[in-house]
Amino acid sequence: MSVFINKNTKVLVQGITGSTALFHTKQMLEYGTNIVGGVTPKKGGTEVEGVPVFNTVQEAVLQTGANASVIYVPAPFAADAIIEAVDAELDLVICITEHIPVMDMVKVKRYMEGKHTRLVGPNCPGVITPEECKIGIMPGYIHKKGHIGVVSRSGTLTYEAVHQLSQAGFGQSTAVGIGGDPVNGTDFIDTLKAFNEDPETEAVMMIGEIGGTAEEEAAEWVKQNMTKPVVGFIGGRTAPPGKRMGHAGAIISGGKGTAEEKINVLNSCGIEVAETPSVMGETLIEVLKKNKLYDKCKTH
Amino acid sequence: MNIHEYQGKEILRQYGVRVPNGKVAFTVDEAVQIAKELGTKVNVVKAQIHAGGRGKAGGVKVAKNIDEVRTYAEEILGKTLVTHQTGPEGKEVKRLLIEEGCDIQKEYYIGLVLDRATSKVTMMASEEGGTEIEEVAARTPEKIFKEVIDPVTGLLPYQARRLAFHINIPAEYLSKAVKFMMGLYQVFVEKDCSIAEINPLVTTGDGEVLALDAKLNFDDNALFRQKDIVAYRDLDEEDEKEIEASKYDLSYIALDGNIGCMVNGAGLAMATMDIIKHYSGDPANFLDVGGGATAEKVTEAFKIILSDKNVKGIFVNIFGGIMKCDVIAEGVVQATKEVGLTIPLVVRLEGTNVDAGKEILAKSGLNITAAESMADGAQKIVTLVNNA
Repeated sequence: MSVFINKNTKVLVQGITGSTALFHTKQMLEYGTNIVGGVTPKKGGTEVEGVPVFNTVQEAVLQTGANASVIYVPAPFAADAIIEAVDAELDLVICITEHIPVMDMVKVKRYMEGKHTRLVGPNCPGVITPEECKIGIMPGYIHKKGHIGVVSRSGTLTYEAVHQLSQAGFGQSTAVGIGGDPVNGTDFIDTLKAFNEDPETEAVMMIGEIGGTAEEEAAEWVKQNMTKPVVGFIGGRTAPPGKRMGHAGAIISGGKGTAEEKINVLNSCGIEVAETPSVMGETLIEVLKKNKLYDKCKTH
Repeated sequence: MNIHEYQGKEILRQYGVRVPNGKVAFTVDEAVQIAKELGTKVNVVKAQIHAGGRGKAGGVKVAKNIDEVRTYAEEILGKTLVTHQTGPEGKEVKRLLIEEGCDIQKEYYIGLVLDRATSKVTMMASEEGGTEIEEVAARTPEKIFKEVIDPVTGLLPYQARRLAFHINIPAEYLSKAVKFMMGLYQVFVEKDCSIAEINPLVTTGDGEVLALDAKLNFDDNALFRQKDIVAYRDLDEEDEKEIEASKYDLSYIALDGNIGCMVNGAGLAMATMDIIKHYSGDPANFLDVGGGATAEKVTEAFKIILSDKNVKGIFVNIFGGIMKCDVIAEGVVQATKEVGLTIPLVVRLEGTNVDAGKEILAKSGLNITAAESMADGAQKIVTLVNNA
């Protein structure tokens, strides 16, 4: 078991003929991801990397039975691509594209109300269930199969955490990058809920950063509902107010969204927070020991 | 992206949102000329810089005649204003807004922002105009009213009316206030704003509802479709190093410390600043080289970091995912040679092709300190800088 994706996930690549998409399609295929088709308007009927290309998502779904898609479409057209995938009733849409205008995402979110499709991203590294399915841009080889769920707003910081865990012998059930934008699809709570219900996941590493209140809301949810230990990290303790730190959503505005505030709320909800990014893995391992989960989670 | 108050008011006018008559002046003579053209008894001379708190810093003056316009324009133009938003170095005033004075009855606050919790645009209103909304929120949160706006319908008239009633705008101004709010929402959506703040909005003795100040910020990601907004960009208001970085698609933010950082990924870049601080160092910048960094980009990043005279050492922290460590190592070596680095450099490489990357650094013969982890690298650079 795992969350969101597994070896049975049939994936479409939207924007498959772009150079970034091509590169990552190759990487995903090498990892063993079941990519059943690609979509690029006007390129229908061709083939790339042995994958058939279609003109529309709807056609691709009818022909291939795909239930998920990953989007590498450039930012000005990405919102349209997300809505096209939702309209085709895919179960899961993962949007890697960054720099999508926020007003576009406001419309996408409104369009998705009441629809069953799950959106992950945008501006995210994707989702990986080690040794089964990799959808996105993360380096596959650092991940090991196991019992730690990872959820994060940042790409490279997720790799850092996963790497620390794998090095120490703790594999992951699934790693989910929810992305660094202020308006996104799946949030911390959605992912924590899924990890809580997943029998393979024993503990969760939650990586947040400055801006917004998603971490605080997630912490309250953990306190009320989570039966598995959660360890946190919050990036941006030294970030100055009013400046966007790379991610569109990483900004302290009106004195709100500081790392200190988030860390305090996490702590008050019983979530241990790693003091530095170097000890994310160690902190989780200590918590595993306390919860007598060390042996169960030590996979290699 | 930020723009000046007078530019914001130009946009508001296009949408029928009422603002006082006025124009921008770059010289004292222009200021006087504009005041003469306005022909009003009282004029306001307002410093145009990208920061709030201008009034308290002496950047806003009410002139009762043309001579006073001249005096105040002479006083403010070229002056460096220090406000709570400019930092201690302040900002030099290069433009003035000369505006007709008006008979203010009462000041209010109207603002539009994206509410991240609902993923919708929200209009906020308060009758505590003229005070910063954060201050009102902290002191009297019950005086702030909000309307969450459905993107399908846009702001509806009943929502605007409800806000107007909540903040006690007198009935005789109601229809004008509603029109004002509807227009402001239109600006926000059509121009891809990230913030639209009118503080204060005023009612006047002659029955008008006017924006006395206007703060419009825009979504950088939407600028590709907002050419007229891009034309408003004032490079004088931006950090030179940040402008240079944006040319190379590098995400750079200048800070006050002395340890330059070069990192891939925004989250890791923030965390790198944090860990330097944790070991009692002081980061000089945030710098995300992005996922597709080339040797050329790394060289440019080095040049930008080094153009900050406070920098006494550099910490490169790379987690190679898609970006390969050997490519980064080549870039670091090339950049080091090209810029003739004389200050300590610590490099931490991890991830794809890490061994090849480390070998390149070791064989380069350059004075590069290798680090085994983020913590190790942060400690090493802090020690090297302190001992230098």
